[in-house]
Amino acid sequence: MSGSSWAEIVFFLALLAVSTPLLGNYMAKVYSGGHAPGDRFFLPIERFTYRICRIDPDREQRWRSYLMSLLVYTLVGGLLTYLILRVQAHLPADPNHFPGVPSGLSFNTTISFMTNTNWQNYAGENTMSQLSQMFGLVWHQFISAAVGMALAAAFIRALIRRRQTTIGTFWVDTVRSCTRILIPLAFIFAIILMSQGAIQSFGADTHLSMLAAQTTHSTGVKTLTQTLPRGPVASMAPIEALGDNGGGYFDANFANALENPNGLTNILVLWMLCMIPFAFAWTFGKMIKSMRQAAVVLSAMAILFTISILIVAPLEARGNVKLNYAGVSQSITSTNPGGNLEGKDIRLGTTGSALNAAAITATSTGGVNSAEESYTPIGGAVPLFNMMLGEVIPGGTGTGLYGMLIFVLIGVFIGSLMVGRTPMYLGKQITARDMKLAAIYILVLPATVLVLASISILVPSTASSISTTGPHGLTEIVYAFTSAAHNNGSAFAGFDGNTNWYNFSLALCMWIGRYFEIIPALALAGSLVRKRTYAVTAGTLRTDKPLFAVMLMGIVIILVGLTYFPALALGPLAEHFAGHFGL
Amino acid sequence: MTIGTLAPPESAPPQKPNRPTRGVSLFNGPIVRRALVDTFLKLDPRYMIKKPVIFVVYVGSIWTSVIFLRDAPHTTAANNVFSGLVVLWLWLTVLFSTFADAMAEGRGKAQADTLRRSRQETVGHVLLPDGSTVDRASAELKVGDRCVVDAGELIPGDGDVVEGTALVDESAITGESAPVIREAGGDRSAVTGGTRVLSDRLVVQITAKPGETFLDRMISLVEGANRQKTPNELALQVVLVSLTFIFIVAVSTFQPFAIYSHSPQPIILLVALLVLLSPTTIGALLSAIGIAGMDRMVQHNVLATSGRAVEAAGDVTTLLLDKTGTITYGNRIASELIPVAGVTERQLADAALLSSLSDDTPEGRSIVDLAELTYDVRAPDTPGASLVPFTAQTRMSGIEWDGRSIRKGASDAVRAWVEEQGGTVPDDLAPVVERIAKDGGTPLVVAEGPRVLGVVHLKDTVKPGIAQKFAEMRALGIRTVMVTGDNPLTAAAIAKEAGVDEFMAEATPEDKMKRIRREQAGGQLVAMTGDGTNDAPALALADVGVAMNTGTQAAKEAGNMVDLDSNPTKIMDVVEVGKQLLITRGALTTFSITNDVAKYFIAIPAMLHGVFPALTDLDILHLHTPQSAILSAVIFNAIIIVLMIPLALRGVRVKAMDATRQLRRNLLIYGVGGLITPFVLIKLIDVCIVGPAGIH
Repeated sequence: MSGSSWAEIVFFLALLAVSTPLLGNYMAKVYSGGHAPGDRFFLPIERFTYRICRIDPDREQRWRSYLMSLLVYTLVGGLLTYLILRVQAHLPADPNHFPGVPSGLSFNTTISFMTNTNWQNYAGENTMSQLSQMFGLVWHQFISAAVGMALAAAFIRALIRRRQTTIGTFWVDTVRSCTRILIPLAFIFAIILMSQGAIQSFGADTHLSMLAAQTTHSTGVKTLTQTLPRGPVASMAPIEALGDNGGGYFDANFANALENPNGLTNILVLWMLCMIPFAFAWTFGKMIKSMRQAAVVLSAMAILFTISILIVAPLEARGNVKLNYAGVSQSITSTNPGGNLEGKDIRLGTTGSALNAAAITATSTGGVNSAEESYTPIGGAVPLFNMMLGEVIPGGTGTGLYGMLIFVLIGVFIGSLMVGRTPMYLGKQITARDMKLAAIYILVLPATVLVLASISILVPSTASSISTTGPHGLTEIVYAFTSAAHNNGSAFAGFDGNTNWYNFSLALCMWIGRYFEIIPALALAGSLVRKRTYAVTAGTLRTDKPLFAVMLMGIVIILVGLTYFPALALGPLAEHFAGHFGL
Repeated sequence: MTIGTLAPPESAPPQKPNRPTRGVSLFNGPIVRRALVDTFLKLDPRYMIKKPVIFVVYVGSIWTSVIFLRDAPHTTAANNVFSGLVVLWLWLTVLFSTFADAMAEGRGKAQADTLRRSRQETVGHVLLPDGSTVDRASAELKVGDRCVVDAGELIPGDGDVVEGTALVDESAITGESAPVIREAGGDRSAVTGGTRVLSDRLVVQITAKPGETFLDRMISLVEGANRQKTPNELALQVVLVSLTFIFIVAVSTFQPFAIYSHSPQPIILLVALLVLLSPTTIGALLSAIGIAGMDRMVQHNVLATSGRAVEAAGDVTTLLLDKTGTITYGNRIASELIPVAGVTERQLADAALLSSLSDDTPEGRSIVDLAELTYDVRAPDTPGASLVPFTAQTRMSGIEWDGRSIRKGASDAVRAWVEEQGGTVPDDLAPVVERIAKDGGTPLVVAEGPRVLGVVHLKDTVKPGIAQKFAEMRALGIRTVMVTGDNPLTAAAIAKEAGVDEFMAEATPEDKMKRIRREQAGGQLVAMTGDGTNDAPALALADVGVAMNTGTQAAKEAGNMVDLDSNPTKIMDVVEVGKQLLITRGALTTFSITNDVAKYFIAIPAMLHGVFPALTDLDILHLHTPQSAILSAVIFNAIIIVLMIPLALRGVRVKAMDATRQLRRNLLIYGVGGLITPFVLIKLIDVCIVGPAGIH
């Protein structure tokens, strides 16, 4: 890898190192209930919101009530989005006069955005009206992210509180996540993106004549004009990234120059999407008043995250053996950033693309800027594996934190036994009921992915959905379900999910992946908040030591590895070894 | 009983008495033979379902057996040998796990048999209101019946002595051959059914219904008949079942993926893969570990009323220890004679000895011993002596003999006595008295007539090795709190010498209760020992309450453990057994899970050899053939259970170190060891089976 590639990686990680404590401290104040910066500005807005929605901000909820609020809220929002998509032709802000979105696709898209997945079985620029994008989809991008953050705040409270029953107020947590974190950050970044050339417009698409005619080799058709899509893109991109949504205005997401104009915006986007999940680990430490505990969680996230980057980036920079056979030069020249550029944007190079592949899958974003399908087999397997880890390195906004904390509980369980104690985390005893909930949380996703993926093999339409047979085709299918179940939404590319079976099964996957995770997580919070705390002595398992971070990483990797190894062996590993890529 | 020798009476911790069954090796002949039979009896599906992980292997074994028998006629001989061996080793996996359970139960069963023999039908002579007695079979006794038990008879049921004092042989229960005194009232009134009165006559009021006596409870405990899964065991089971579930999903979805990849797998191989991945090692040994933990308690002669109590013992963070009996021997022993100016040590020794002749307390006898052994004075014959016994009023004892009038006693009492006779108290007395008191000792001033001779230093002796033990407890994160009725000065001195972390002086039973509540409110888990009736509420409140077998019935019922040896120091062993139980579970779970990595790397490339030969690059062991690789892994998976049985039954050793070092050590041994061991053993097995078994 070239020096500039390393510099790019270091710069990106440095940005995160700066934002994590700053944003983490601020978020801790937002969720702690007391005074927070900007109260004078935000409080009136929030009070007004509560008043018109008839919310009593002081009425705390137990986990069941918290869950009901969440379910009702997202369900109503989902219905609204489904309706908007179906009847968009009759609604305003549709300068390109798109017809209503078909029911299967509407269903899939609604679920996809409700669940923070943003799997897109459509190309936004020629399917969705501007109203659908802004009110049907962007709205969910804010809300689904805020819900994840609210859940994390509730989960942290459950760990702090002793012998109580309530874990906070869903409405307050969600509103404050939006007003104080997501909206201000999105606003600032939207302006920065515009300054770099991202478009923001309500006009209709324009048609430009090209400087030179382009010929499509297979058909011999010459093209003279090009359609330039327009829309409110710069206002959507920041929340697409900040909220770890990943659903872009355009089909190509962050690969589209109108959304992600240059190398700088590429890094800014990556920063945005990693910003909140990493900061949440810091917030956790602030709220439980132990930065050492947080350091363990944060470092486990950061180390696994960095490792994934350090596998993909050099692999892609080194290039693809098969391209050499095809006579393609992969060396660095003044016009060629070098490496495996197949399926990557030359503006971003292999490193800007590899960083994206690792970051959008380590977080639950999924907004790709390159075709992961044409990565080297292992280079493409890492993003897949990142998702399989359960979106915890650092995962989605809030969801990543409590996901990791649930892995921590598993680690505490085994670790405590090994020091001769019954399991305790932060002084709270972990019982069989807690382990049941934690096990459900961790098992639901792989079980859903594997079962639905294996059924898909038997579905006849699969043959036309995948781009190729053999291990690569299997990887495409497994990738699609992993992405959907883990609410990531990234696509391996080459895979066509807009069929009846996939619209339905992927939606089911996303639905299970979201709500069958939220329910056990909230139930766990409800169980933890009731517990008393026990004293920490020299005989207690120390969950604030580096050794525990090592153990935590081991558990995350071994548990996931054990679950998915057969699928990975038949997919990317078979492709890698059979293709003589060498290790 | 003789107490009051000069040296501490027992210089070593109390030795375990010989017992008929306790302390026998885990692997002696009869126990193993019996276990072998039980191994097969346990194949009953009703038993197997309680071991969910092994149940999966069990179902897999049955299924593959059927397939093997169905397909054998139309398959090549080489393939049949391979499939047959895989099926055989799957069965062995199941059998090894039931063998582990049978072994764990073996010692307890042998013990229960011995106990049962002592639970004979006896006859109780029930005392009627008019004073006459009527004989009733022990099984028909009711709570509240008063029974007369004469010398030589068996006590018909559990109860309290309401009349009389007698020597009772309790060896049937405790294994201790020396008889103990049981008397009405006080803290030594409880008697156990099935024990024998050796001397005198007792009237016992029955407190337990037949069938619910201590002996019955003990039999069912050591036998593990109604063993309930403990909370932590259940939680671990949840983890193991979840893992097994996800492996069932992973293996069953592997087939469609394999079909897609043109490499459909035979059912036998899929079942083998599932068995390899399931946490069979810990799944097979989990209940054996629990039974063995209870059994280890019994080896320590401690009866835990539930496995939950054993687990709680491992969690204890505060030990409330009675000073007397636990930390010190409890009796004050004369350690030193300090004469005042102008008096020789010999003179003082002589007077002290004479004054103690009437004193039959351990203190008095220790003064006699000290004088005789150290100062070589002999007790003279004292015809016509008049002995002055100690009373609470005078707080002195002494002798009037041969014209001499000698007293020893509390400093102020003796001073008053001396001054009363016109004597003066020498100036150097007060500093000596003060120093002794400050060191935690009791100063006894000796005077003859109007003359003060000196001071006897009575010292409460701390048990040897106790400070070391407390240091170990501290390393394990356990705080020790000494509870004593002594004044703060004395208490502080003993506390310092014994090395306890804190002490409570002038403590009443109510203070003890308050302290337990306070500790618990502060998040501590408290363990304590007790024997008296006024200890009962505290024993019940504590997270772990160990009652002494010599104690009252109330105390024994309030606690969740009974120490048959009535050795309060043993509470620390109890804590260690609890920790050992948990560590053994954790260690084998880690080992089981990390083993999977190696098994995967061996099994998957072997299974996919036909379609992706290049995947063999993952198999770093270069095993002979795909078949030998899979068979070796299956054999390893079964044999490792047997290899781990001794560890499961004996438990992982608890080292006195803090949690972080403990974790590092166990992660290295069982985590990293678990990653490496299968690679080594599977390679070895592969080398061994190729050739003899005809696997190529």
